[in-house]
Amino acid sequence: MAMTLHVDIVSAEEEIHSGSAAVVYAPARMGEVGIYPRHAPFLTHLKPGEIRVQTPEGKELFFFVSGGLLEVQPHVVTVLADTAIRAKDLDEAAALEAQKKAEQEMRDRKSEMDYAKAKAEFAQAAAQLRAIQKLRKRGRG
Amino acid sequence: MAGAKEIRTKIKSIQNTQKITKAMEMVAASKMRKAQERMREARPYAQKMRNVVAHIARAHTEYKHPFTIEREPRRVGFIIASTDRGLCGGLNVNMFRTIVSAMEEWRGQGIEIDLAIIGAKALGFFKRLGGNIVSEATHLGDSPALTDLIGAIKIMLDAYEDDRLDRLFLVHNDFINTMTQRPAVVQILPLPPSEEVELRHHWDYIYEPDSKQVLDVLLTRYIESLIYRGVVENIACEQAARMVAMKAASDNAGQLIDELQLVYNKARQAAITQEISEIVGGAAAV
Repeated sequence: MAMTLHVDIVSAEEEIHSGSAAVVYAPARMGEVGIYPRHAPFLTHLKPGEIRVQTPEGKELFFFVSGGLLEVQPHVVTVLADTAIRAKDLDEAAALEAQKKAEQEMRDRKSEMDYAKAKAEFAQAAAQLRAIQKLRKRGRG
Repeated sequence: MAGAKEIRTKIKSIQNTQKITKAMEMVAASKMRKAQERMREARPYAQKMRNVVAHIARAHTEYKHPFTIEREPRRVGFIIASTDRGLCGGLNVNMFRTIVSAMEEWRGQGIEIDLAIIGAKALGFFKRLGGNIVSEATHLGDSPALTDLIGAIKIMLDAYEDDRLDRLFLVHNDFINTMTQRPAVVQILPLPPSEEVELRHHWDYIYEPDSKQVLDVLLTRYIESLIYRGVVENIACEQAARMVAMKAASDNAGQLIDELQLVYNKARQAAITQEISEIVGGAAAV
């Protein structure tokens, strides 16, 4: 039997996913990481993006997170998400809108504070869009 | 005859009130179930977080985060989770009494108090009482989002980090069961040391970017989740208390209606008797 990982994705408001996986990819602060079974204990901070979970059956699941923490133990991966909504629930129009608003704010940046906030919003909107587009492609193919 | 009609109007009005209280009771019962569900859903996150925090606290003894350092109290903060609406029995009043006595105790030692308020009821109360309110979050609805609370919480956490606060407490109602809710004052900061569990084999995480940054984020999230849990629990308490209060109100209305019905029947009978005797008297006179 191939080795598997147990994955838990939870947010403060609800439990989002719990199941086994062959590989987990997550958007860590320092770049994307791929976690295979028997990974060394690892703790990092996530940036907005998607978490990909490859199940042992070869299916791929997507979860969008807007930040959070990733905890890895040899056979358990825990994602403590800030707000993780299932990728299929994402509203593309809202994401586009948010992106536009963030871009707008970036153009007429008033202060460093606003700029930092806008940049964060932009990153989040862009990641949501990427997740949606990926889902679309898979849906068609 | 002394107001058969008046009594009827009164009965009607009490019946209308009873309809309202009955409806509120049923709404509260279903909302309570949902609130309990949310409490349950928030549990895995808090549990996972507690595990990680406990592990780090043990693996990382050389780095002391400001949140874990005990200081001599000069100024304390209270985060108060109350309800937005009334008609929930003595829930808020009991809690306010607990807070006020706790505040008196600190004031007696010459210690100033800052308040962060969640819920419109506490806001009204402490405005009248004259507390030093530094932040507020009201009208969160039945399913509060963490994002609505972050602002209010952050003000207190920043104050703690800047040495402007030396203790932080959370006050909310503890959901014991549907009939019982008890106000609870929980110390949030400094984080109480976790129960020491003997480390069998020493191992540590690989931290990215480094342990301090990860720990900072983690502890903030942990505290936020604690407070979120308190707020959600308080909502379950609110609905339970409202359900019980409205049930009592409906029962009282039923009793009142029964009594009035009796009075009404007597009055009606008396009126009929009087009418008959008047007719008989009139016939005899002819």
